[in-house]
Amino acid sequence: MTPDPTTATRRLSLVVDAAALRRLRVDAPQGFADTVLDRLGLHDADQLVTVQSPAGDLFVAFNDDGISAVMPSALFDDDPEQFAAHHREETGRPLVAGTRPPAGLVAALRSGRATSLRYDLSGLTSFERAVLTKTLEIPSGEVRPYGWVARQIGRPKAVRAVGSALGRNPVPVLIPCHRVVRSDGQIGNYGLGVPMKRALLSAEGVDLERLERLADAGVRYVGSDTTGVFCVPSCVQARRIRAAHEVHFRTDAAALGAGYRPCKHCTPVAVRHAS
Amino acid sequence: MALHSGSAVLDDLADDLDAGFAAFVRAHSTAVYSTALRLSGSRAEADDLAQETFIRAFTALRRFDAERVLLLESRPWLLTITLNLWRNSLRRASRRPRETTRSFDVADRRRGPEGAAEDSADSRRLVALLRELPEHHRVPVVLRHVVGLSYAEISSVLECPVGTAKANVARGLDRLRALAAPTPASGDAPTQRKKSKSESKKESP
Repeated sequence: MTPDPTTATRRLSLVVDAAALRRLRVDAPQGFADTVLDRLGLHDADQLVTVQSPAGDLFVAFNDDGISAVMPSALFDDDPEQFAAHHREETGRPLVAGTRPPAGLVAALRSGRATSLRYDLSGLTSFERAVLTKTLEIPSGEVRPYGWVARQIGRPKAVRAVGSALGRNPVPVLIPCHRVVRSDGQIGNYGLGVPMKRALLSAEGVDLERLERLADAGVRYVGSDTTGVFCVPSCVQARRIRAAHEVHFRTDAAALGAGYRPCKHCTPVAVRHAS
Repeated sequence: MALHSGSAVLDDLADDLDAGFAAFVRAHSTAVYSTALRLSGSRAEADDLAQETFIRAFTALRRFDAERVLLLESRPWLLTITLNLWRNSLRRASRRPRETTRSFDVADRRRGPEGAAEDSADSRRLVALLRELPEHHRVPVVLRHVVGLSYAEISSVLECPVGTAKANVARGLDRLRALAAPTPASGDAPTQRKKSKSESKKESP
């Protein structure tokens, strides 16, 4: 009785040679090196959590110093491994799955106020850190021009550099670089795409249509003829002005010349340390 | 991949152990893990053995001066550590007979892409055959043909003359081939082995 031909073939065809043995070589499991380095305390991996936000699901990386990176998960096919590879390239640190989001993160995303969160901006230049720290002060629902940020950090001529620094913001959405707009009042560019910028601003209650209408008309400041104060158009104070009392200015000089004083909330011109 | 960057890895290691160790681990993790897996036969044990190898290596390297690091034969040195750890674990296991080391993953399947190759029936059979080799044959065969060490490197790992290393690799391979040959008393098995593929296509007339 001959054996079943197929099993006989398989029995006979096992070739034991160098190539067959070479195929038994296997890579260490994914994350092996990181585990070893962790055990030796040679690097601290950042933790990774996924949270919901007005910009969709976000990958958030953080460590003991604070939040180090934020990115919409959709940009990485919702694949944490892809984001981890990107994060390692950017920071040199691996990512491990975090158990819970850093304190205050979820509340900050809900309220749009992320000033009390801690950030790890250690990989950035001091100029970039200054830009981002200042940007963090822009309240939810309002916008400021690039020139405003430049002036506020004492580098009034570095408007373009402010734009690039914001473009490299490692923690978008939380540090609200989407709230920085062109000096002529147009919405301007955004690292995560202009539609995302518009969506984020709209979600915060910014009236984009009104801002663009004013920008198109060359209006950069609005004032109230009852208080004699002028603001950037999106300032919470400016939005209280009734239509009948709203005065438009194309330049700060015009506003000042007309006897208006700059709003203390939105600081439309350089703060003068007078008397 | 590790071959051409080997000296650069050691340069960095000698320069700053803490900073250079990550690249050292990545350069040698495949060799160490493959050795650990093919000796122990289990993924879990291999993971432990391989991690422990690098932990021990780091501790030892801390006591090395830069010159000694630069002269390091990384792979044989690391695999000596792996081998010792594996032998220790065998000894421990033999003292505690309940926790047997025979917990081999016979199917050896794995979800990752690296697992794809060995999911082939031939590789699984080869893994099973490798397990039947006695240690003094299995270790040299794994070092030579799975990991790809030179005979000189094997002789340094096994602390034996190069000729002995060669002979043991050859004997191990012969033994594997004998094990792979069809079990029934078919005397012509060794010659059939190489031609089996073409022959098997033809049915007996």
